[in-house]
Amino acid sequence: MPLLSVENLKTYFYTRAGTVRAVDGVSFDLESGKTLGIVGESGSGKSVTCYSILGLVPQPPGRIVGGRALFAGVDLLACSKEQLRKIRGKRISMIFQDPMTSLNPYLRISEQLMEPLLVHERISRKHALNRAVTSLEEVGIQDAGRRVHFYPHEFSGGMRQRVMIAMALISRPEILIADEPTTALDVTVQAQILELIKQRQRELGLAVAFITHDLGVVASFCASVKVMYAGRIVEAGLTREIFARPCHPYNAALQQSIPALHEKGKPLFTIAGLPPDLSKPIPGCPFAPRCAYMLPKCQQTPVRLQGVTAHHETACLRFQVGEIGDLRHPLASVTA
Amino acid sequence: MNAFLELRNLKTHFPVFRGTVLRKPAGAVRAVDGIELALEKGEILGLVGESGCGKSTLGRTVMQLIRNTGGSVLLEGRDLSQLRPRQLREERLNFQMIFQDPYASLNPRLTVFDALSEAIQTRGRLKRTALLNAVAELMSTVGLSPDQMRRYPHEFSGGQRQRIAIARALAPRPKLIIADEPVSALDVSIQSQIINLILRLCRERQLTMIFISHDISVVKYISNRIAVMYLGRLVEIGPAAEVVENPLHPYTRALVSAVPIPDPEREARRQRIILQGDPPSPLNPPQGCVFHPRCPYVKEACRQARPALEEKLPHRRAACIRVGEI
Repeated sequence: MPLLSVENLKTYFYTRAGTVRAVDGVSFDLESGKTLGIVGESGSGKSVTCYSILGLVPQPPGRIVGGRALFAGVDLLACSKEQLRKIRGKRISMIFQDPMTSLNPYLRISEQLMEPLLVHERISRKHALNRAVTSLEEVGIQDAGRRVHFYPHEFSGGMRQRVMIAMALISRPEILIADEPTTALDVTVQAQILELIKQRQRELGLAVAFITHDLGVVASFCASVKVMYAGRIVEAGLTREIFARPCHPYNAALQQSIPALHEKGKPLFTIAGLPPDLSKPIPGCPFAPRCAYMLPKCQQTPVRLQGVTAHHETACLRFQVGEIGDLRHPLASVTA
Repeated sequence: MNAFLELRNLKTHFPVFRGTVLRKPAGAVRAVDGIELALEKGEILGLVGESGCGKSTLGRTVMQLIRNTGGSVLLEGRDLSQLRPRQLREERLNFQMIFQDPYASLNPRLTVFDALSEAIQTRGRLKRTALLNAVAELMSTVGLSPDQMRRYPHEFSGGQRQRIAIARALAPRPKLIIADEPVSALDVSIQSQIINLILRLCRERQLTMIFISHDISVVKYISNRIAVMYLGRLVEIGPAAEVVENPLHPYTRALVSAVPIPDPEREARRQRIILQGDPPSPLNPPQGCVFHPRCPYVKEACRQARPALEEKLPHRRAACIRVGEI
């Protein structure tokens, strides 16, 4: 049984410009010891999905209009604030993109590390401080006994992200939600941090939800992936299959537009157009207007995820009925 | 050799003071510390390195937005660092910059027409219709629809704004472009559009470009040569594909191996070098080779003398004494 099961989550924002369907029917499961990648471009709803689960969406203008998130028999979307507060930060933790804005610059990190313990556990300050020092050692910060009393500005970017990880894991959670934790870091430091999250995951048997826009990080880090576009999951499956056999034109086109896999001299593959305006209703496939394989039915028929193999699902109508097959060489739509 | 752009022993140091009342000089941040570099006309040079290595300062020093504290910047033989501010302003029409954040680099109170016509008229005033035509032409060159010229920057998406910024940089018909992380703030699908645009414009207008980025795969794709910077110095320079596929300097190796490849199969087979620690402070760079405290191949001689950037293979220079051995 999955540790966390999210079903048909819908989070809308009610703004003056209209109702923005930021997350529109997203489902996924998290399992102990496994890493799920949630990948998508800005505005695809990947962060709002996770904020919704933890009750961090500002309401109003946001509202969770549908769905369930079952964790240990409790629906996180429907439970009381008290109940949620007991779970959040204790059994489900989160790390954010920018460690400078998510640490309080006025407080020594010892205070910030101890806070979850003092809130969630009956523990003395002395014990809490010991745990704080241990947690810093566990994320590879040397001289932790002295540095625990530092202020956030006394650490470098990579070190701050280590502190954030220590803080998220200090209460021994079962689930870690990581929202672009390495995006603000240099590649060499990113490699250190990814290695660290992997190591702590092995030691604690954590379920990790890893939100990123970087397909490279997904390939090296996640066992399975959900590809999001315009608030919906358009393709899901084991990482291996998502890359080896893309089943949705968006995923295929995204992979084609990465310079890393590209031959020099040839123009890069590009996806024409822009993501859709989410304040307008989208009856069919949200990717249709930019899709090289689009037929009139794509814009009218509601789409939903359907299995292609046991571990691979796509929301592409034409793929589901076998009208299109190999997407590894998508139709060229090169524009500059 | 008569290079188009030549940097000779270029140094940009920022003085650091200690104390509030009795301010005393307390050393200098050596952001750019003795760079030797020559670009030919039409060449695209990729400049990579981690944050704080001085790559942006180098770009701004070439632009003379920051004046260098030593050495010289020669553009077609003229030393920019010797020019007086007035002369520099004229000369700067020949070299323009594209910045990372298209949200911050465009004036929110100017329409696209205002921003572009100002830049176009730096080369001389134009009559109304000629100006309208010039703006429209420039907009279509960068893939924007000319009927949007009365709009303000906030009405455009990030990718479109970067197109406006590129159009503005091209307006004075420069010969040299310095692009400081121009695609880093963009999504992958938009990033590829902008890269294609930049490459097309460089080809059509025979622009010379310094392309600054932390993303080594973008740099490999876009540039002819790659220069790798660490702590204010160049540690390696050579043809783009060769530097990435067969790096000579241990730092370049680590940098390349840290980039995640979007291919799970290759990713699983690959050996990764994970560097320990953070780059040291440029205020107090280490003795000897600047990379030695983090280098997995360090030996005693590395701590003693600072290695020079020397030719190790044809067209390839690296600043490491152990290139042949490792």
